[in-house]
Amino acid sequence: MKITQGTFSFLPDLTDAEIRAQIDYALAQGWAIGIEYTDDPHPRNFYWEMWGNPMFDLRDAAGAMTEVSACRKAHPQTYIRVNAFDAALGFETTRLSFIVNRPAIEPGFLLKRHEVGGRQIQYTIESYAAQAPEGQRYT
Amino acid sequence: MNERSPATAITGATAITGAPGAPGAPPPAAAADRVDLKALLADSNVTEVLDELDAELTGLKPVKARIRDIAALLLVERARKQVGLVGGSPSLHMSFTGNPGTGKTTVAMRMAQILHRLGYVRKGHLVAVTRDDLVGQYIGHTAPKTKEVLKKAMGGVLFIDEAYYLYRPENERDYGQEAIEILLQVMENQRDDLVVILAGYADRMETFFRSNPGLSSRIAHHLDFPDYLPEELEGIAERMLEGMQYRLSPSAAAALHQYIPLRMKQPHFANARSIRNALDRARLRQANRLFAQKGPPLGRDALMTIEGEDLRASRVFE
Repeated sequence: MKITQGTFSFLPDLTDAEIRAQIDYALAQGWAIGIEYTDDPHPRNFYWEMWGNPMFDLRDAAGAMTEVSACRKAHPQTYIRVNAFDAALGFETTRLSFIVNRPAIEPGFLLKRHEVGGRQIQYTIESYAAQAPEGQRYT
Repeated sequence: MNERSPATAITGATAITGAPGAPGAPPPAAAADRVDLKALLADSNVTEVLDELDAELTGLKPVKARIRDIAALLLVERARKQVGLVGGSPSLHMSFTGNPGTGKTTVAMRMAQILHRLGYVRKGHLVAVTRDDLVGQYIGHTAPKTKEVLKKAMGGVLFIDEAYYLYRPENERDYGQEAIEILLQVMENQRDDLVVILAGYADRMETFFRSNPGLSSRIAHHLDFPDYLPEELEGIAERMLEGMQYRLSPSAAAALHQYIPLRMKQPHFANARSIRNALDRARLRQANRLFAQKGPPLGRDALMTIEGEDLRASRVFE
């Protein structure tokens, strides 16, 4: 099951040229670029691991692209996303976030139904991948 | 104008590059088989920057000639691409050597503009750094620091001032070597992404290159900045004053004419920078003089003019 989180996630995966163009757009807006990765694909997992510090004062996408490929090399079987932060409000706000790498096989989610008071049902989802301990998922 | 000659030389070469029966692989069908170098030149606006360079910088003949050569090379490279001839992009890392105050930083800034107009670098900004920006203070600090600077410079020009400080032979545990290695790697692998310019005084740069042959061999262009002649320094002084909206009275012009050769003989002479300092001190004395004199309110003229006495009060005349 292809995970759809962030911008462009309903499109086919972006090519490197497209990623570069998006980063160039973000830099032209004066946004900083951060790269993050995770192996826990739950949609409520906001806190991904940071790949180095966010990159401020870049002028060209080449610098960010070298970090994207370095992160892919180190964590090929994880989700990697590029975030663009806007500091216009006085704090860094995420203005753009899109996935640039995903594991080869994405097993998807288990839908759990909890029966609570009477006939009421509460639903929750659990990632099949996240059932293995951290670091042993998607291997 | 004979300074235009490289440009004319390129136009002359059109027939050769564009020859339809050129040997080797046939160009792809999409590529044109003829290129108008004149149109390419006009398209890039590079002549404007080059003419500006000529007009605004005094002297530096060999440097200007070299920059024109590089501009011609890049234009021809672009033309070759249009007709479908492939040959990796030329290496444009440079070293600027010369005495203090000979215009290395100024030319580097222009170089970034020129390379941008010619499409060799994508953004055309200049990131000027020294050893402190590249080398860390403890183990593991240098690599991230250098990489961050390199990332910021990508798409433009990285200008490393006083580059010889990167290498300190007297301290074998110095982290400068690590910075050099990272630099080398990027200079080699990401030639399309940035141009590195190393600058420094001639003699120390030579020792630096001798102890880092890897670096020296990756730098294609060694530009040597000659010292200015006294006449050129006078021209520079005039241009500086113009920029600051001052002017010299005839007696001050005569004083400056004497001042320059005398200053050149003194120790720590730093070409244009010494001239700038001398002018700054003259401004100081002018202000003092205007304060001391009693009389009618000052006109625009009095506020603009530097008199001979302002310059002659200098230590150099003692």
